[in-house]
Amino acid sequence: MNKFSKIASNGLIKENPTFKLILGTCPTLALTTAAFNGIGMGLAVTFVLICSNVLISLLKKVIPSNVRIPAYILIIATFVTIVKLVLDKFIPSLYDALGVYLPLIVVNCIILGRAESFASKNPVTDSALDGLFMGLGFTVSITLMGAVREILGAGAIFGFKLWDFSIDFFASSAGAFFTYAIFIALFNFILYKIEQKKKLSLLEVK
Amino acid sequence: MGTFGTIMLIAVTAMFINNFVVVQFLGICPFLGVSKDIKSAVGMGVAVTFVMTITCLITYPIYTYILVPLELEYLEVIVFIFVIASLVQMIEAVIKKFSPTLYNAMGIYLPLITTNCAVLGVAELVIDVGTAEALGLASMGILNSVAYGFFGGIGFLIAIVIMSGLREKVKNLPISKHLKGFPVAMLTATFIAMAFYVFSMISL
Repeated sequence: MNKFSKIASNGLIKENPTFKLILGTCPTLALTTAAFNGIGMGLAVTFVLICSNVLISLLKKVIPSNVRIPAYILIIATFVTIVKLVLDKFIPSLYDALGVYLPLIVVNCIILGRAESFASKNPVTDSALDGLFMGLGFTVSITLMGAVREILGAGAIFGFKLWDFSIDFFASSAGAFFTYAIFIALFNFILYKIEQKKKLSLLEVK
Repeated sequence: MGTFGTIMLIAVTAMFINNFVVVQFLGICPFLGVSKDIKSAVGMGVAVTFVMTITCLITYPIYTYILVPLELEYLEVIVFIFVIASLVQMIEAVIKKFSPTLYNAMGIYLPLITTNCAVLGVAELVIDVGTAEALGLASMGILNSVAYGFFGGIGFLIAIVIMSGLREKVKNLPISKHLKGFPVAMLTATFIAMAFYVFSMISL
């Protein structure tokens, strides 16, 4: 249980891929014009991340270490192809919205990074959990960012119109960089405050 | 429109209107990671341009003349990433052998390029029907694809050099410690993106 909560808090907060490790920035900036894109992209990445982590963890003794990167990329590309075919067939609207960023999941640093730093050293169940929570951390982060940009830039949320007021800046590419900057800074600030509080309470106990 | 006119149109589109970095958000990792000083930014930009051009030269014919006739389009992602990975390795070996000076200048950036979204992105974009339609063409053709790759790379070079120049100035400013590092880099990128926004108003 302790290990479970450790992996969970690692993926969601301590090593949040989007706001802490700053990985997978391309889809984060490009697809957060709408909250729904965030969920779609996040779940696609989560699926690929869990599958590739499990397979790489299973094969960690078989893959020779000097060709491991090409081997990982091939495994990841296979799962991305599966996701691409499934989305094209069943959710074509999401397939169109994600566009070129769907095949680009292959070169998403989060997936290769977790394969290299976690799945290749840990047992299968831990790797699957790590994939799940890293993926969820990514999903929650980009959905939040998408929601903020959609509310401010289009006056809507998940496609439902809220009001006629909108600031075009947040829908533009400059707004993507701006929102991301503010989110990272806020995330760091909140983590810093929590840490300080912890330190203070430890001192008081002593 | 003649061939020259089409290529000029591709140049303006790929470099400015649809700039790979600040408009299409491809290749953000090196844009933020390797832009701390101008020298390494130029090295990275030249290396990316080089690889993007050659990638288009190879992946476009593979897709059009091999995968499409055999009805294997669904293998594109796997084939492209494999072509790019081996291509980068090959370019590295060739440059190392024939031009040590060039290798010293851009050799260390080459391994990073395999996982650069801009390279896989350009390979996907030139086979995309939407890209050709936006340029008023039925299909890209190999010459236009290579031009798109080359000018896309130049667009990346322009963006990363501007970014590194700004970051050299910004790093000496007194900034709140929560904003240091990535947040301030993103804010710098905001202003570059705003500058490039002007180009989106050009209609050709």
